[in-house]
Amino acid sequence: MPAHVTKKRNKYLTAGLIMTGTAVLLGILAFFWTPWSTTAMSASERFAAPSFRHLFGTDNFGRDIFSRVMKGMGTSVMISALVVLLSASVGIFLGALTGYFGGVLDEIVMRVTDAVNGFPSILLALVVISVLGTGRQNLILSLGIVFSPSYIRIVRSEYLRLRDADYIKRARLMGVGKGRILFVHILPNILPVFWVSVMIGLNNAILAESGMSYLGIGVQPPDASLGNMLSDAQGYLQTAPWYALAPGLAIVWIVLGFSLFSEGIRRLGE
Amino acid sequence: MAYLGKKLITLIMTLFLVSAAAFLAFQIIPGDVVTSILGTEATPEREEQLREELGFNDPPVMRYLHWVGGLLRGDLGTSYRYSKNMNERMPVSELIGDKLPVTLWLAALSTVLIIVISLPLGVLWAKSRSHAVDAALGVVTQTAMAVPSFFLGILVTYCFGVVLKLFTPGKYVSYRQSFSGFLGYLIFPALSIAIPKIAMTARFLRNSMLTELGADYVRTACGKGCSQRRVMYGHVLRNALMPVVTFLGMIISEIVAGSIVIEQVFGLPGIGRLLISSISNRDFPVVEILILYITSAVILVYFLVDILYRVIDPRISEK
Repeated sequence: MPAHVTKKRNKYLTAGLIMTGTAVLLGILAFFWTPWSTTAMSASERFAAPSFRHLFGTDNFGRDIFSRVMKGMGTSVMISALVVLLSASVGIFLGALTGYFGGVLDEIVMRVTDAVNGFPSILLALVVISVLGTGRQNLILSLGIVFSPSYIRIVRSEYLRLRDADYIKRARLMGVGKGRILFVHILPNILPVFWVSVMIGLNNAILAESGMSYLGIGVQPPDASLGNMLSDAQGYLQTAPWYALAPGLAIVWIVLGFSLFSEGIRRLGE
Repeated sequence: MAYLGKKLITLIMTLFLVSAAAFLAFQIIPGDVVTSILGTEATPEREEQLREELGFNDPPVMRYLHWVGGLLRGDLGTSYRYSKNMNERMPVSELIGDKLPVTLWLAALSTVLIIVISLPLGVLWAKSRSHAVDAALGVVTQTAMAVPSFFLGILVTYCFGVVLKLFTPGKYVSYRQSFSGFLGYLIFPALSIAIPKIAMTARFLRNSMLTELGADYVRTACGKGCSQRRVMYGHVLRNALMPVVTFLGMIISEIVAGSIVIEQVFGLPGIGRLLISSISNRDFPVVEILILYITSAVILVYFLVDILYRVIDPRISEK
């Protein structure tokens, strides 16, 4: 491999790793410690500009924005991770069955995913939320449902590709059980493709979560989430622009980090 | 022609399924709608009366048929929440009527912006020989794609509204009042929807053109003495645009999704905002209609793109 290709690949991976790493670490840290309380209000310190005392300034209730952004990143990353866990599990299970066996189940599942894929994901999530009601669990469940079809498709096409590979045929001849072929023989071989889609999925989940919270149907106040902070901040653009910038840039930071990271992994695989 | 007929039948079937899904989804909702309208203090007689009035005592299939029958006759039902006057509930059609143009114009304006900006940008990008321009456009588009539309909306509000004072945030001008003022306000939300899509489309067109540039017919065209210009626009661009048309068709559903969120950011009284508030108010007749409306619009656009694609590239129908 020529030298410049190796160098470029490392650049994507390191940049992505640094960006997602800081976001995830700060987010996890926020569950145990934040520089200031995320909910304590202070009338004397409303709309303080960014300074060493309050890194990102304070909001309309005098709460420290940096602490709240940390907490919000933690919440967003955790919710997105659960969403991806849910949809990826459904995807592996249904994708493996439909890809390997085909048949009527495959036909039904494919028509449903076709229908779901065509629509704006936020619209579907809105429908599910309005049926189930708002709240954190329902948010995870609705986004999990909405993101499942893309995993089913990816996993299915990989199983379809591998089911007639020589080593699988041989395993079948040797009398290996179906469950073992599906999850011990084939599954490890689709992981490279799968991890990239998990990364992209995390990205989309973070965007969707913050979007729903921005619209007021995701994480509810007083819990900090990047989305609901942005919607609070919007009313104070004139007096305190940093209030909106901080959570917004945090979202961009995470999303950009994940996409650089997944690009790095993709190039690693090539 | 046979193809068109087949497609039309699928289209009608899909619309029927979507309507059934939109209706059924809201039949499994937990909680009693009647209690939520009247409050917990209503008398059982009043509750029973309203239940009868709303048709809740009929079986679901009858109610679906009644609903669809109404739709076909132009009767979209009545809202649970909004009242016209003391004893009449607001018809959904009146609720949607003056909000629909706002969303349609927003979507149309965004689409125009995307096409007008991304196509020249993509061509220039593919033509640029400078490494610095290539790298810079790469970084800019990558970043633009990572910004969520609502944050972009807030940034646009801040830059153009608060700092440059090109418009007054929150001061929406109705199209009934002044159409030019309406478009002048709408251009900023449209820009917020368009920017990430412009980045995507430009990247896509650039990659598509670079792929085409390596094709054999390009070498042939150059070899027989076609001018650089003619090769680029007459041959390469024409072929490179094919996948871009499909891509633009796919983006339409995202433009619709974007407008739901962006209407909230800019305080536009469109159907996206009505949808969000109806979901919060649990005003299901309105939600059902809006979902049906938006999904039908998306399906129709897909249908039209499919037809258009066959008109541009006759080779597809031969396959």
